[in-house]
Amino acid sequence: MSAIASAASQVIELAAEVTPAEAKAESAAASAGFAYGLAAIGPGIGIGYLVGQAVQAMARQPEAAGQVQTTMFLGIAFTEALALIGFVVFILLKFA
Amino acid sequence: MTAVENRPTPVDHLDGPSPALSVAMDMVKRSIFLLPVVVLVGALIGGVEGVASVVYALAIVTVNFFLAAWLIGKAAQINFALVFGAALGGFGLRLGLIFLAITAVAGQEWVRIVPMGITLIVTHLGLLVWELRYVSASMAYPGLKPKEHR
Repeated sequence: MSAIASAASQVIELAAEVTPAEAKAESAAASAGFAYGLAAIGPGIGIGYLVGQAVQAMARQPEAAGQVQTTMFLGIAFTEALALIGFVVFILLKFA
Repeated sequence: MTAVENRPTPVDHLDGPSPALSVAMDMVKRSIFLLPVVVLVGALIGGVEGVASVVYALAIVTVNFFLAAWLIGKAAQINFALVFGAALGGFGLRLGLIFLAITAVAGQEWVRIVPMGITLIVTHLGLLVWELRYVSASMAYPGLKPKEHR
């Protein structure tokens, strides 16, 4: 019990030492990490679905594989733009 | 001759040049046309540092397109099943490379983060929309439209 109390008092002392600027920088870093991570989830699901359908189309109609590949490439690039927007939010929060 | 021997050989890979790579190379060519505009905007926003930052961002975008198409094209030439791994693995790999490329230079004197970030998004989407005009994606021309139809 005394170990928990001493750990709690250490946390309180550390929190008291953090300046507002440091606290702001910490929360900005955490927000940047969340922005990047969350922004990569949606495009990841989208690209997975898109490529899955494209591979199925290539397997069903191999003669259309070239056409499917071009469409798939453009679809991936458009979907990836969403991840890039999240990444730009990350670099703006982290470095700007 | 058995029924199994009469079956046609399954087509499990793409023969010939990759249409996605031809589209990506065309986008790289268009990024060279876009370069003077990007340089002008970078100079207006941030001077020499702005120019360096936006050119760096444009280089990242073009390398990203090329790498995406090259990975997909190579995978399709080996086996269609590999395309899934190449596309999703490539997505993670390219995001990681962009992260490394930006964080490696973020502390440098010549970097202006805001113009760099805006250039990343605008040139990525701009080049894609511009390229849509020249993509055929038909059975006869799976990649770009033939020159006489442009």
